[in-house]
Amino acid sequence: MSAPLVSIQDLTVQFHGARRASALNQVSLELGQGEVLGLLGESGSGKSVTLRTLLRLHPERHTRTAGRIRVDGQDVLALRGRELDRYRGGTVSMVFQEPGLAFDPVYTIGQQISEAVRVHEGVDQATAAARALAMLERVQIPQARRRFDAYPHELSGGMRQRAMIALALACKPKLLLADEPTTALDATVQIQILLLLRELQRETGMSVIFVTHDIGAAVEVADRIAVMYAGRIVEQGPVGQLVHQPCHPYTRGLLAATVGHEHRGRPLEAIPGSPPDLAALPPGCSFAPRCSHASERCHRDIPPLEQQGARTLACWHPVRLLGEAA
Amino acid sequence: MFAYILKRLIYAIPIALSVTVVSFVLVYLAPGDPLNAIAPADAPEEVIQALKSAYGLDKPVPVQYGLWLMRAVQGDLGLSIASGREVTAEVLSAVSNTLLLAGMAAAIGVVLGCILGALAGYRHGTWIDKAATALSVVGVSIPHYWLGLVLTILFSIWLPWFPAMGAGPGGSGEWLWDLEHLRYLVLPALTLSVIPMGIITRTVRALVADMLGQEFVTALRARGLSGGAVFRHVAKNTAPTVLAVAGLQIGYLMGGSILVETVFAWPGTGFLLNTAIFQRDIPLLQGTILVLCMFFVVLNLLVDILQPLIDPRMGRS
Ligand SMILES: Nc1ncnc2c1ncn2[C@@H]1O[C@H](COP(=O)(O)OP(=O)(O)OP(=O)(O)O)[C@@H](O)[C@H]1O
Ligand SMILES: [Mg+2]
Repeated sequence: MSAPLVSIQDLTVQFHGARRASALNQVSLELGQGEVLGLLGESGSGKSVTLRTLLRLHPERHTRTAGRIRVDGQDVLALRGRELDRYRGGTVSMVFQEPGLAFDPVYTIGQQISEAVRVHEGVDQATAAARALAMLERVQIPQARRRFDAYPHELSGGMRQRAMIALALACKPKLLLADEPTTALDATVQIQILLLLRELQRETGMSVIFVTHDIGAAVEVADRIAVMYAGRIVEQGPVGQLVHQPCHPYTRGLLAATVGHEHRGRPLEAIPGSPPDLAALPPGCSFAPRCSHASERCHRDIPPLEQQGARTLACWHPVRLLGEAA
Repeated sequence: MFAYILKRLIYAIPIALSVTVVSFVLVYLAPGDPLNAIAPADAPEEVIQALKSAYGLDKPVPVQYGLWLMRAVQGDLGLSIASGREVTAEVLSAVSNTLLLAGMAAAIGVVLGCILGALAGYRHGTWIDKAATALSVVGVSIPHYWLGLVLTILFSIWLPWFPAMGAGPGGSGEWLWDLEHLRYLVLPALTLSVIPMGIITRTVRALVADMLGQEFVTALRARGLSGGAVFRHVAKNTAPTVLAVAGLQIGYLMGGSILVETVFAWPGTGFLLNTAIFQRDIPLLQGTILVLCMFFVVLNLLVDILQPLIDPRMGRS
């Protein structure tokens, strides 16, 4: 296997501004060329922080970052100045959760996409505008010509998210980060956007990391799934394996707490308790206080992330399924 | 857009009318009799009556107002009781002097305020922010006649760099755009600029700090725009509000320059108002107040019309 496109090792991110928090704790993750990774986890588990750290978007003054991130052969945490600007939007770009908030309200959609193209490719205004228009057509915005000259507030939510995707893909990034790209949209539009993302991913062969609360969407779009809890990755593996044979008690809880066809007819189970305070994490496994399988060891030592075939798992007492027990 | 401008213009008419009523009536509320200023205290009754009818003071107040308004819209504000000269001419020359002073002060204040405010907003919570904030508080709260006196002592008496009185060599003749005349503008304009400087600093700081925390600025960075390019976006987003505040500041300076004009004997509206009040020169007082208020109305109108031209969210709907 060739070198992975993205390789994150022991990434630790702490905020020490007005709110203190250890948002990421020793996160390690790899992603190959053309691979789609779905990032799952409860609210506050660090999914957005992971994506934003990949783009170095956290204010440096209040953030302590340790570990290593390599994307496409570049040491991301060491990038400075022009290199960092070229990396953002050029190598890696991002689709935000609220397309209504992620566009500059006083420039038209077309101006914003062309600006990004000009900055990254050094082409003239006319070429950049032509490319921007072509991108709008590519994300299937009807009447792209007219939408080009529209201000963000003049578009519907779904159109804005399409425009956001056009903007993100305008400079042919190798990795696309999508932070709950459909949460702010209504149900029918959500499916359209997901299908569009998948189609574009297949066309361009880029890698994608996308955050979602919708396990159905993750199964539909992702090749692999990583489950985060309290700033750690607790389990990670190919979609089929992970969904049908979850090993980590938290993954099981997460799946059981979601409506899905295999669960229909059974009562929905919620995971008891709430996630730990990130400013004061317990010494052992951070899920232990909520886990029915927890032993003394779980409360004392942090389980390491271990490779088991295609899957990685951080748990002292993984749930063994009948078939695997032998 | 045209309909919007028309609507604004129509809204401005009742405001302008009430302004004329207020400037006319206000003077009657003030104590003292205007005739005291020109007629000796022991003048015979006939002389007083003759003077009253000459100035139209013998008619009922609403009639006086009607006549005054009729002439005012034709540009005739009557004669000054004290000097006997045309009020319109006196007010216009004073207005041009005050505009010059207020314009210069606003320019200095807005430029400095934008720089300081942007620095403070970008360096939110650091010592630069604290220094700029302290400076803006001082700028807004310092009594500016006092500041005017201090600057006079420093840069006119101890270091005789700038003249402290008048709007040109040999008193107050025609204003000319040369170095000699500009030297007269320096101290009063600087003194007057600290208020808009303080207010613009505060406004820009709050706007920039808020803007930098918004998702779209993060998104601009995520696109790979350089710091300068992101700043251009931030500037364009803050411009409409800054423009509105700056416009109002020019308006306040028009009226607020009265003390500074008195300190520096600057022949503007403030100076004129001061003279008119002390001499109980009613036509001059009414004329000056009217012109100042109208100026406010027009300025607000301009800001209202210019803002949507800059901010697409206001213009298109
Ligand atoms: N700038 C910051 N300063 C302090 N704490 C932060 C900051 N950004 C995020 N956090 C904290 O880091 C933790 C992880 O947040 P993150 O936004 O990554 O969660 P998430 O998994 O994306 O949740 P959600 O599903 O709600 O989007 C949260 O507890 C959050 O409060
Ligand atoms: Mg999030």
